[in-house]
Amino acid sequence: MQGDTIAAIATAMTNSGIGIVRISGEEAFAVIDRIYRSKYGDKVLSQMPSHTIHYGYIYDGDKIIDEVMVAVMKSPNSYTTEDTVEIDCHGGILVMRRILETVIKHGARPAEPGEFTKRAFLNGRIDLSQAESVIDIINAKNDFALESSIHQLRGNIKDKIRNIRKSIIHELAFIESALDDPEHVMIDDGYGEWLNEIIMEIIAQIEEILSVSENGELLKEGIRTVIVGKPNAGKSSLMNVLVGKERAIVTDIPGTTRDALEEQVNLDGITLNIVDTAGIRKTEDMVEKIGVEKTKEYLEQADVIIYVVDASVDLDRNDQDILKILKNRKVIVLLNKSDLSQVISEEYFREKMSEYQLSLQILPISAKEQIGIKELKEIIQKMFFAGEIVSNEEIYITNIRQKTALQSALESLRLVRKSIESGMPEDFYSIDLMSAYESLGKITGETVGEDLVNEIFAKFCMGK
Amino acid sequence: MPFVEETYDVCVVGAGHAGCEAALACARLGLETIIFTISIESIALMPCNPNIGGSSKGHLVREIDALGGQMGINIDKTFIQSKMLNVSKGPAVHSLRAQADKAEYTSLMRKTLENTEHLTLRQAEVTELIVEDGVVKGVKTFSGAAYYSKAVVLCTGTYLKARCLYGDVVNYTGPNGLQPANALSQSLHDNNIEIFRFKTGTPARIDKRSLDFTKMQEQKGDERVVPFSFTTDPEEVQIEQVSCWLTYTNSETHEIIRENLDRSPLYSGMIEGTGPRYCPSIEDKVVKFADKERHQVFIEPEGLYTNEMYVGGMSSSLPEDVQYKMYRTVPGLEQAKIVRNAYAIEYDCINPRQLYPTLEFKTIKGLFSGGQFNGSSGYEEAAAQGLVAGINAAMSVLGKDPLILDRSESYIGVLIDDLVTKENHEPYRMMTSKAEYRLLLRQDNADLRLSEKGYRVGLISQERYDWVVEKERLIAREVERIEHVNIGANAVVQKLLEEHQSTPLKTGTTLAELIRRPELSYEDLADIDPQRPELARDVVEQVNIHVKYDGYIKRQMKQVKEFKKLENKKLPEHFDYNEIQSLRIEAKQKLNLYQPVNVGQASRIAGVSPADISVLLVYLEQWNRKQSQSLD
Repeated sequence: MQGDTIAAIATAMTNSGIGIVRISGEEAFAVIDRIYRSKYGDKVLSQMPSHTIHYGYIYDGDKIIDEVMVAVMKSPNSYTTEDTVEIDCHGGILVMRRILETVIKHGARPAEPGEFTKRAFLNGRIDLSQAESVIDIINAKNDFALESSIHQLRGNIKDKIRNIRKSIIHELAFIESALDDPEHVMIDDGYGEWLNEIIMEIIAQIEEILSVSENGELLKEGIRTVIVGKPNAGKSSLMNVLVGKERAIVTDIPGTTRDALEEQVNLDGITLNIVDTAGIRKTEDMVEKIGVEKTKEYLEQADVIIYVVDASVDLDRNDQDILKILKNRKVIVLLNKSDLSQVISEEYFREKMSEYQLSLQILPISAKEQIGIKELKEIIQKMFFAGEIVSNEEIYITNIRQKTALQSALESLRLVRKSIESGMPEDFYSIDLMSAYESLGKITGETVGEDLVNEIFAKFCMGK
Repeated sequence: MPFVEETYDVCVVGAGHAGCEAALACARLGLETIIFTISIESIALMPCNPNIGGSSKGHLVREIDALGGQMGINIDKTFIQSKMLNVSKGPAVHSLRAQADKAEYTSLMRKTLENTEHLTLRQAEVTELIVEDGVVKGVKTFSGAAYYSKAVVLCTGTYLKARCLYGDVVNYTGPNGLQPANALSQSLHDNNIEIFRFKTGTPARIDKRSLDFTKMQEQKGDERVVPFSFTTDPEEVQIEQVSCWLTYTNSETHEIIRENLDRSPLYSGMIEGTGPRYCPSIEDKVVKFADKERHQVFIEPEGLYTNEMYVGGMSSSLPEDVQYKMYRTVPGLEQAKIVRNAYAIEYDCINPRQLYPTLEFKTIKGLFSGGQFNGSSGYEEAAAQGLVAGINAAMSVLGKDPLILDRSESYIGVLIDDLVTKENHEPYRMMTSKAEYRLLLRQDNADLRLSEKGYRVGLISQERYDWVVEKERLIAREVERIEHVNIGANAVVQKLLEEHQSTPLKTGTTLAELIRRPELSYEDLADIDPQRPELARDVVEQVNIHVKYDGYIKRQMKQVKEFKKLENKKLPEHFDYNEIQSLRIEAKQKLNLYQPVNVGQASRIAGVSPADISVLLVYLEQWNRKQSQSLD
């Protein structure tokens, strides 16, 4: 909502140079006062004149986070026209993120996609002629945030959260049907204790998810790298080589990798989030069909695509299908199985590919013999530093948004326990149970809608 | 040319619970009003359950009363039993429910209508709307007579193309065998109004003399009755009450139902209409909750001077012979004689998204509607809408600002917003879970929340409004006072705490802190609060609630503040959202269809995402700036 205090990282999320965390809104100065200390501990930033810059440290409690420069801009003389604070830190993804998290912990909330720009416009800062581009920014960032928040959820977190939500809505429906029809549905005296048990269990589960996210984050960050190729072209072998362990099942049977496998690899400071996909081919096998659909989805979201070609046999229908999907995309082509006799050469491939307008880098390798792997890594690094591959920065803030949502769910659940323990009537439990349900829905991209009413009618027999 | 009877300010079509409120509101505001009914004997008829109120519905009645409506006053004078539900729960879900003497209820409402100035009653079937260039001009009746007016309020209830069914029997009638209204649907259709077909049902009525009450549990009314209306003297409602009775179905009942399911029009596919999930027929309950061994059955009197008893919980559309068999398996009903059969009723109603929150049609100026016609169900839901539709018809005739209640102000606001904003696939029933700010929307403070609006509209007198303002002042002053009354940990205090099983004090505290303990209330602490002023019972109640639930109330108030921000951003009328290129296609379609009045309402439409709302906000700002530029 407009007016409350938002924060986000305002610079590119790379490991280079300097990074800026920006805070805007009514509480911006209050937040910075809570976490900033000057060298001699004598400065209070909210008391400083507008448009001044201050050297000092960001603290989370007693823990020092980073040495920073902080710029103070008072309303209405800032980009958003609201009170604004900018924290210049040493850059580095980790540091910026920790500062942002500290800011959020102390009273700001993660900005919605494009929210700074939106505020700047709504507050009259941005000229009318730029309205359309403001809308474009909001839309672009939202598209990504939506897509990433759901698709990029790590492992089984989505299922875990869905299960938690299921059990919350069930309890909610029970309480609410008893309130709506007290003569048909009755709440027993011991219900509070029963609910307390359930909630303690849920709290433990959420804490576990959060502890995972302390190191790994809920969403997979890094450059989304997708490996494609026809069945048995050697995708899984490549994946294993890159990851440095036996991960994908490697067999000679085409179609073995039916689901996408995902791994994170660090290439000298660049995080690659590698997805090994099922081979694309026309298939009647349902399980594999789903895998192929998923592959197409992954490709659409990819920052970079590695296309593995089996150079020991000629291109076939399957390759053509893949190329159709790859049209107009940035692709690294690996002519694999260079250890076997070559049917496809670089020249041959380029000639064949001319109609697909690919932006290509071609490299012969042998995943099996680990030939050409070093060169592949170099190509990716070069592309990254040349800015040809950009990892989408929204993911960092999305990650923090997700965490914030989990934390606020926790907070709500603790309030339910407090209501139970202080002997409040059951209708008070509902309020915070619903907030928890809503917060968790933000992570899985699910809204509340008619969930409660549907659950009530599905599970509890009511009525005249 | 049709015969022109007379011209009026407002025509109200239908004299059920919605129509009565609409007509009374218009007439009381001084507008010449005519109300049409198919049968003068059936004014404010209760063709289903014999009670008014209930969970969240009781809230609606209180709100109707605070706005100057009639329902609360009428039931206070005609009830035969009353109960406050959920008293063991928080104050937000306390809800009043009264059993009515149906005949008395109807006759008193008729008397009220007949004796209201500016109000004309007319028995006639309205068959046609007169609409010219998107503006309503009046109605025509079956005889061909035309009644011209500045506004029309449609409250046709369950009468449009109604048919009643049980087994393979189909009666083409409205409820209780009354004449249906078969022509008006066509006129609605001709005016491009989208029509739904809904269904609902009612149980049998049984002769009291054939029942054995010794096999049932008696359900008495409250010892101290609380009136619905804020204008009723509480002493006047302390009457002798009549009991209801509780009994249960059993496996034999369920067996009979299961064996005969194929003979139910619901399961044979004969019924096309969508029924409500919250009051399922007994056959629905048996099928859906197959593992439930028994269902409750409430035997409720229909009045003091009738032997008819309502069989609550067993509505049905099974054939007559099965009804006999099934009812007679229930303990106490073995010899039951049926006076009226249970039946399902199907009827035409509208898709309510065609309405503004004022309950005026978006495409036909001056045409308003309320009640089951709008796809709701229940007497209270109907009356609430009827009142709002009537008030707004009057406001439009008088050229005054309309009355729009939002979700943070009232259950009526929630009801109407849900109807006009969400997709409704079944008759809509009010539920407490639908009110997200329910801690603030209590039945005990309906007068504080809404009297000002009723006063501004002109239905609440100066005197009544002055009292509410004074009440508010007294509450605020007393809350303030007890926050500052210090209580020491002395012997008198500890003894009092001990008497109420409350932990003794270690150090001093305030009176307010003690009231916040669940086991204590404002009244309990009178002895240790010598400075306490003499206050009316309803003021004390408010003080107690305010102090006790202070933390929760403040949190909800904060949420309301957020909610209001979007609610206050008005959207232009009849706007083409295709103009906003950046909206997603689904959002454009939905926004064009619903034409929300503000950004808040837009945000509640299914298919409009938060990103669309951001886009909308930016666009709105752009639009506003352009408007003000062109004005300069």
